[in-house]
Amino acid sequence: MSTATSDNAETSSTVTTDHGGGHEHPSDWQYIKIAMLLAFITGAEVVMSYVPSLGGLLVPGLLILSIIKFAIVVMWFMHLRFDNKLFRRVFVTGLALALFCYGIVMLTFNLPR
Amino acid sequence: MSTGTVVPPEVSTHATGGHPPTSTGLSHEKIGMWAFLGSECLLFGGLISTYLLYRGESRPGTITPPDVFDIPFTSVSSFVLLMSSLTMVLALAAIQRGDQHRLKVWLLTTGLLGATFVGGQVYEFTVFVREGLNLRTNLFGSSFYVLTGFHGVHVTLGVLMLLSLFSLAVRGKLGADRVETVELVGLYWHFVDIVWIVIFTLVYLIP
Repeated sequence: MSTATSDNAETSSTVTTDHGGGHEHPSDWQYIKIAMLLAFITGAEVVMSYVPSLGGLLVPGLLILSIIKFAIVVMWFMHLRFDNKLFRRVFVTGLALALFCYGIVMLTFNLPR
Repeated sequence: MSTGTVVPPEVSTHATGGHPPTSTGLSHEKIGMWAFLGSECLLFGGLISTYLLYRGESRPGTITPPDVFDIPFTSVSSFVLLMSSLTMVLALAAIQRGDQHRLKVWLLTTGLLGATFVGGQVYEFTVFVREGLNLRTNLFGSSFYVLTGFHGVHVTLGVLMLLSLFSLAVRGKLGADRVETVELVGLYWHFVDIVWIVIFTLVYLIP
């Protein structure tokens, strides 16, 4: 849970907020910069998809950029970077189960027959 | 007869970060939300895997992904949803500061951006159906509509939650004691965003 550290809304673009237990959240301006980075990465993904010369690098490149975007949103916007580690463990358990389970499914169905 | 120690509310809420004391020292609602989101990974993992397995299984002569996808349009939709994550986190920061005015502005903006995304998806589905791709056309159509439809339903539910929060804020019922409510809706909203990040790459961009 979060607590307020500023009673002046006018300074909201420069302050950081406490998230309990001494953890500090980014300021509004930092959030905006993170969103700009996400938008830039999305633009790069779209441009890459139109470049035929990338060949075999296209799929790994898109996957890496997608993972980076995923991690940025989870760590910064969802505050997993700042929150208690138990939340991270609970979420990562579900994510890892999904990757493991459906990874096996994909490998099974795509094996040469 | 009770054997537990009675902790004064002001002490307990400070020690647990604002919510009533729990056995873990953490908010049970927040743990529950993270567990729910973890389980949602399994749901969407199944839908995405099914799509990836079946998208190349179109009958000869029927519609395939490159025939219908409009990448520039979907890119704009993706940008809209991405920006809604920014406005959501700004809404949370506003209520944490006790800034009710900005809370209302950012909640409404997030809801409108989400509604814009859903509107774009409805438009996209309409175009695809007119071009001859429906649920029964082929396996690509079935798996595509089920995957993106499920995601669209999640976004729609998120929009309803955001508008409910906005309504509460307008009536003055979303005070500093409800920070966690906004945080939980925010977690759900960011989750539908990260699911779309994966769908956009795997479904639309990867040939």
